[in-house]
Amino acid sequence: MNEMTVSVRVNGQPREIRVEARKLLADALREDLGLTGTHVGCEHGVCGACTILLDGDAVRACLMFAVQAEGCDVVTIEGVAGGAGAMGDVQQAMHECHGLQCGFCTPGFVMSITAFLEQHPNPDERAIREGLSGNLCRCTGYVGIVAAVKAAASARARR
Amino acid sequence: MSTPEDGGAGGASALVGGNRFVGQRVQRREDARLLSGHGRFVDDVTVPGLLHVAFLRSDFASGTITRLDVEAARALPGVVGVFLGSDLNPAVLETWVDYEGGPRGRPFRVLAEGDVRFVGEPVALVVAVSRYIAEDACELIELEVAATHPIVGHDAALAPGARPVHPEHSSNIAETVEAAADPELDRIFASAAHVISRTFDQHRYACVPMECRGVVSVWNPALGELEVHISTQGAHGVRGFLSRALDVPENRVRVVMGDVGGGFGQKMFMLPDEVGVVLAGKLLGRPVKWIEDRRENLMAGQHAREDRMTVSWALDDRGMILGVRGDLVADVGAFPAAGSSSIGFVGVVFPGPYRIPRMQYSARAVYTNTCGRSAYRGPWLMESVVREQMMDAAAAEMGIDPLEMRRRNVITDDLLPYTTATGMVYSETSIAASLEQAATMIGYDEFRTQQAEARAHGKLLGIGFGLYVEPSGLASGTMSSEAAVVSIGMNGKVQAVMSSGSHGQSLETTIAQVVADRLGIDVDDVTVSQGDTASAPFGPGTGGSRSAVILSGAAEAAASKLRDKVLAIAAHQLEAAVEDLQIEAGRITVAGSPTPSITLASVARASYRDRSALPPGAEMGLEEKVRFSPSSGITWSNSCHACVCEVDPRTGAVALLRYVVSEDCGRMINPDVVEGQIAGGVAQGIGGVLLEHCAYDDHGNPLNVTFVDYLLPTAVDVPTIEYGHIETPATTNPGGYKGMGEGGAIGSPPAVINAVADAIAHLGVRPLRQPLSPMAVRALLDEAGLAVSPA
Repeated sequence: MNEMTVSVRVNGQPREIRVEARKLLADALREDLGLTGTHVGCEHGVCGACTILLDGDAVRACLMFAVQAEGCDVVTIEGVAGGAGAMGDVQQAMHECHGLQCGFCTPGFVMSITAFLEQHPNPDERAIREGLSGNLCRCTGYVGIVAAVKAAASARARR
Repeated sequence: MSTPEDGGAGGASALVGGNRFVGQRVQRREDARLLSGHGRFVDDVTVPGLLHVAFLRSDFASGTITRLDVEAARALPGVVGVFLGSDLNPAVLETWVDYEGGPRGRPFRVLAEGDVRFVGEPVALVVAVSRYIAEDACELIELEVAATHPIVGHDAALAPGARPVHPEHSSNIAETVEAAADPELDRIFASAAHVISRTFDQHRYACVPMECRGVVSVWNPALGELEVHISTQGAHGVRGFLSRALDVPENRVRVVMGDVGGGFGQKMFMLPDEVGVVLAGKLLGRPVKWIEDRRENLMAGQHAREDRMTVSWALDDRGMILGVRGDLVADVGAFPAAGSSSIGFVGVVFPGPYRIPRMQYSARAVYTNTCGRSAYRGPWLMESVVREQMMDAAAAEMGIDPLEMRRRNVITDDLLPYTTATGMVYSETSIAASLEQAATMIGYDEFRTQQAEARAHGKLLGIGFGLYVEPSGLASGTMSSEAAVVSIGMNGKVQAVMSSGSHGQSLETTIAQVVADRLGIDVDDVTVSQGDTASAPFGPGTGGSRSAVILSGAAEAAASKLRDKVLAIAAHQLEAAVEDLQIEAGRITVAGSPTPSITLASVARASYRDRSALPPGAEMGLEEKVRFSPSSGITWSNSCHACVCEVDPRTGAVALLRYVVSEDCGRMINPDVVEGQIAGGVAQGIGGVLLEHCAYDDHGNPLNVTFVDYLLPTAVDVPTIEYGHIETPATTNPGGYKGMGEGGAIGSPPAVINAVADAIAHLGVRPLRQPLSPMAVRALLDEAGLAVSPA
């Protein structure tokens, strides 16, 4: 049934998968590559739970077909950790600031924040809130998440 | 990582001897897996040979099914089964949930059969080798419906001669509370200085957890056993329900909840489509998965809140409330979930934080051709929404300041224990103090000055209060108890297996804090597990703001019992008296003497392998189970919300400038978790009042079934939330805890509505319904004759 081979670099490793042309990138990551940290919350590009980095940009994996990622560099939540079980700085800040409760939206937030801080190394609160407004959280009221972005930004500034 | 830190509300721990972790901002044990993409949500569960389910749902709100042709769907390669109502409905035997305790006549069917009763009602269930193919097959099903005009809204449901939504019922009344005759109240109303009446509407909005519902069901025909992984608030409730519905003995049904991406009431009880998935898998003898998509969740995953209440208050000439009459109509849709209609409870808790000497109350829940109602965080909150708006309305009518009006009527501590007009007893509350704390934090008097200046410059600022008492730790029926099995293993590490589990409430952390303190060990040496009926004792599930009170109570009691046993063994080994022993950092020492000492691990090891090392007659092993019930069916917490908003006179957009919550949930186990729960609830109330709406057109079509139309609050919409904590320990449980899981969502709607109303009150208009969208507010400004000035 109209399958295609897709070559894509995922979390630093070259991967090759055979998928139907219509298969969403989010589904391919979860089902064909076993990377279930990317969550699907709405399938129409609003909630941001499926956010990944595609060639460094934060994108919605539910709004792309897997075949569109051909030749791209993809980073998922599984690829942002500090290695050997350690958390990356955004994850650590989310942990310390009580930035998550049920944790379903969390991977998408971590990916969005990662991209946001690359582009806005020294954001004020307004910029942080606007930067986070493409991701929905139903548990935290965003209080801990906003605090985590501030904490991560100032930790980077101190380095 | 989880070393206790100073600050926060650590002072509270002084109230209980030996607390190192309770009261501290211990960072969460759940986070490492959830932050790294290693959580295990239901959609992450897969098994060999797994098939996928999709539903064809009705596009019509009501009507007779005249044609349903599934042949093309069946013929599609990859389709394994297509099921209709006539296949599945007769196979479901009983449809009551544990909490109901028996058949209650609540309408329930897995799939539509003969007719359809709301848009989104499942009509056919397709099983295929992939979700993509299952959805393709749904497109091939031909469904024709002879549509009838649907019943939409309270008025249509109650109109004389209205067609019953359920033909097997004689009317659209689902449930009734009759008002008791009260001649004394009649006399009070006849002679009161003031009688004020108002009708308030609360619009329909929904729980909307970020993870939709989902189920993976594996039927093993050889063993006659069912294994179900499900996104739920309570695994045992699912087990009990499925056992009765499908006639499988409950000890052959294993239900597992892994990580659950929020519930807020929606996932408390099983819904028909979930039962259909399990049943289809059983009939096929194949494992099946269904993951609800967002459209299904917003259209058919249950709604909440749609209420109308008319109230009359009798007051004396100083604004003291003398008596209240209330009448509520709640829309429960076509197929309400269990426990969704809280019409009885609304009346019981209506008096809330005020001295209301008498109350008369009546209510009706009505069926409509709309999505069924579910519980949603504070399902009864119409009482606060109405009472707090009424407080402002009465204050305005009598020319009294709204804060002063509350001060005159609030239940002060000198009246405790206080029994309300509806028989509720408050004893460890701090209602007046929370009102004053919120008023001070928000700077009430200064704000009034600011507001007057702002008005002089054409700016619209408003302030609103939401004062309430929260009936937490709900303990009735199957929700009366929770259990914990706490054990120390061969190597001295501790496991707590809990009856109910977390779907975001941080219980893996807070329960570990409680257990660690009782056993004198590090919090990192405790693991909390939950949600698997194969290992967990019976639990009703997490809801009703129960966990801090009841689940922690069970953990506390089991850990204490275990501690006693550890000390008895250690006393025997150290030849010391039990009362001279202490456990600290996993080591048992004799008080005041550096030696000898013994580790918890060696006591544990001896307990499992060396009977002679135990006191005579002692049971081997270190495992204790306790089932705990609080000493009262309700543990009252209290809060006051206060917020300041600005209304843009051009666009009608509302911005929240300040948000303050003063709360008393007794002793706090973990202030981070308390504040996180409050903030999440507040955001839901803000979203509900300003943005969210499950709207229907006159034909019963839902208008908000994507996140483009159903607007959840984002980080831009929710302000910084400021907290004030008062800690009045409860006496219903040994830790002194009170629940506050629902409070944030209860106090926020009235506070936000009142703030917006206050911002425009001087223009002579007031909001009658929500959501208070820019368009709705601008319409009020138009009504007031406020011209749109150029930018």
